[in-house]
Amino acid sequence: MKRDYSLDIHHLTRVEGHANISITVKEGKLLDARWAVVETPRFFEVMVKGMSAERVPFLTSRICGICSISHALASIRALERAMKIEPPVVAETTRLLAMHGETLQSHALHLFFLVAPDFTGASSVLPLITSHPDLIKAGLRLKELGNEISTVSAGRCTHPVSLVVGGLSKAPEKQQLLQLRTMILESKPALDTACSFFRSLKIPEFKRETEFISLCNGSSYPSIGGSIISTDGVKQDENEYQLMTNEYMRDFSTSKFTRLSRESSVAGALARFNNNYDLLHPKAKEVAASFDLQAVCHNPFMNNIAQLIECVHILEDARELIDSLLDMELREIRTPYSPKAGSATGAVEAPRGILYHHMETSDEGKVVRADCVIPTTQNNANIGYDLGAIAEQALQEGKNDKEIEKLCEMVVRSYDPCISCSVH
Amino acid sequence: MKHRGFTFEKLKIASFDFTCCEGCQLQLANRESTLIDFLELLDIKNFRELSSEQFDDYDIALIEGSISRQDEVERLQAIRRQAKTLVAFGSCACFGGVNSLKNKFSLKELVAEVYPGMKVETMPVKKISDVVKVDLSIPGCPVNKEEVERVMVNLATGSLVTLPKHPVCFECKAQLNTCLFELGEICLGPITRGGCNAVCTTGKTPCLGCRGPSEEINMPAFVELVKARELSLDDLQEKIAFYNAFEGFSNHEA
Repeated sequence: MKRDYSLDIHHLTRVEGHANISITVKEGKLLDARWAVVETPRFFEVMVKGMSAERVPFLTSRICGICSISHALASIRALERAMKIEPPVVAETTRLLAMHGETLQSHALHLFFLVAPDFTGASSVLPLITSHPDLIKAGLRLKELGNEISTVSAGRCTHPVSLVVGGLSKAPEKQQLLQLRTMILESKPALDTACSFFRSLKIPEFKRETEFISLCNGSSYPSIGGSIISTDGVKQDENEYQLMTNEYMRDFSTSKFTRLSRESSVAGALARFNNNYDLLHPKAKEVAASFDLQAVCHNPFMNNIAQLIECVHILEDARELIDSLLDMELREIRTPYSPKAGSATGAVEAPRGILYHHMETSDEGKVVRADCVIPTTQNNANIGYDLGAIAEQALQEGKNDKEIEKLCEMVVRSYDPCISCSVH
Repeated sequence: MKHRGFTFEKLKIASFDFTCCEGCQLQLANRESTLIDFLELLDIKNFRELSSEQFDDYDIALIEGSISRQDEVERLQAIRRQAKTLVAFGSCACFGGVNSLKNKFSLKELVAEVYPGMKVETMPVKKISDVVKVDLSIPGCPVNKEEVERVMVNLATGSLVTLPKHPVCFECKAQLNTCLFELGEICLGPITRGGCNAVCTTGKTPCLGCRGPSEEINMPAFVELVKARELSLDDLQEKIAFYNAFEGFSNHEA
């Protein structure tokens, strides 16, 4: 049946930040589908101008309350590369651990607080505390573990304190690392509970072919630095990030857009999975197989499952990182440096996808120019196209207005958009 | 309901975010071990980030972020009309926060650099009390969840809400940390309100004053201390300006 349909959602709920959805279909034909970010811009790229390099990561971490560690480390990596500073091995290992903590915390928050209510017919996580107590306890356990990993490795989980240009201001304490190791081992049942819950769900069937972009270093699942690759076969050096992002603006959105080989592309857990499946821990691969998830998957709802698979990988890899830190003398933690003029990009895999910070420094070690490209910015265009495609498909399937609205909200949430971050 | 021997009504609460990173709201979901008990204190009426159900019959409004666009002014005024207690939640709400660093630049320059050729509405950053009356402030970047829990229990039980009056130094010393001034760093611990458990200085990172001035600070003496140690006044200025939290204490020398 060819019918009219329109959807107008002002300030979508259960996402980070402010954005609107609007869709117009006339006689079964899609006229417009729009994902409009209306968040207030903060202008961080200008704020950092004239600031001393050592202070900049403390400012840029404030771009995002959820992925502050990624922002701090993207700036630190850009500044260290610009000023030719080699951080010590202890710092590099600790930073990887901090990234794991942040991603685990972020994925748990998304999967249990924001996504689970959609699949259980609840309006928020609150009713699930009584209806699904074991699931919520498991989710809180994983989230707490993520925060604890970040706190031990970075001094604080939101807005880290000990990640600095040159290395670390303070090393994690071995006693705390040992406690973390125990916590990780004890969290396995929580992860099993989470996996069984998500296996019991019916993930919407929807597919729209697109291009997935992520970092790739060839030896480990991506986290800090590396080449930038896409499922359409494009590969670029980290410093050439602009060739991958091709950022552009639309007047209805304060968040920008990017594209590469197609009209839109995707960053995030599913993009990392699609590009780096081989480098996942065998246990994470087992879980992927149990969901029948294979690279390259084009169903955006499977980003939720890719996040869950990453949680499995993180628990295994974090334990290995802790073991290697326990074997090291945690004395050499910071490389002294003198300010230098230079410019470089720092790319990291934030929970929601590649985060680029490009920094240019002066001889005095002040930042003179900065550019930040946020994961959600890289997903904006794809979210818009998915909204149109899913509304069309749902109309063809004869779904009612309420069902279509829910599917549209769910597809946006599956990207785990970090909206205020994308309007930095 | 009962909590720690007190009988009380649940707090009808709402949480709203303006120009910010939403990190303070996120703290509400942290300290997972006490989270379910904490939620027992609250009747959440409006919290867009958490729930699709939104009601306007709240008594307490947590306001996160600073104000940087006209629609935010109007949204905030509407919240003020409803809320019996309006809480400035976090350093952006209390002082303008890091967003205030934007105010050093002209609006034209900001927009031209970040959105070349596009029309984008923005205005100089304001703290919440520049726009509406604030009943209670909980500073911090981010807020300290332990303190938030304490304040909420105080509100629920009708007790007096207070913030620590002592500076960060007290909490730093209690942890036997080496003073960062001894390591050649300017640290704002001596002039900043405690209550953060000196988390930054314990991580060997100087305090940047996110909780604002402690009671009765002596700024001229603090500047003298920096000079006596021959530390950089530019560095001092950069730190003091970071959260816009020392607005009232002009620092002529630095």
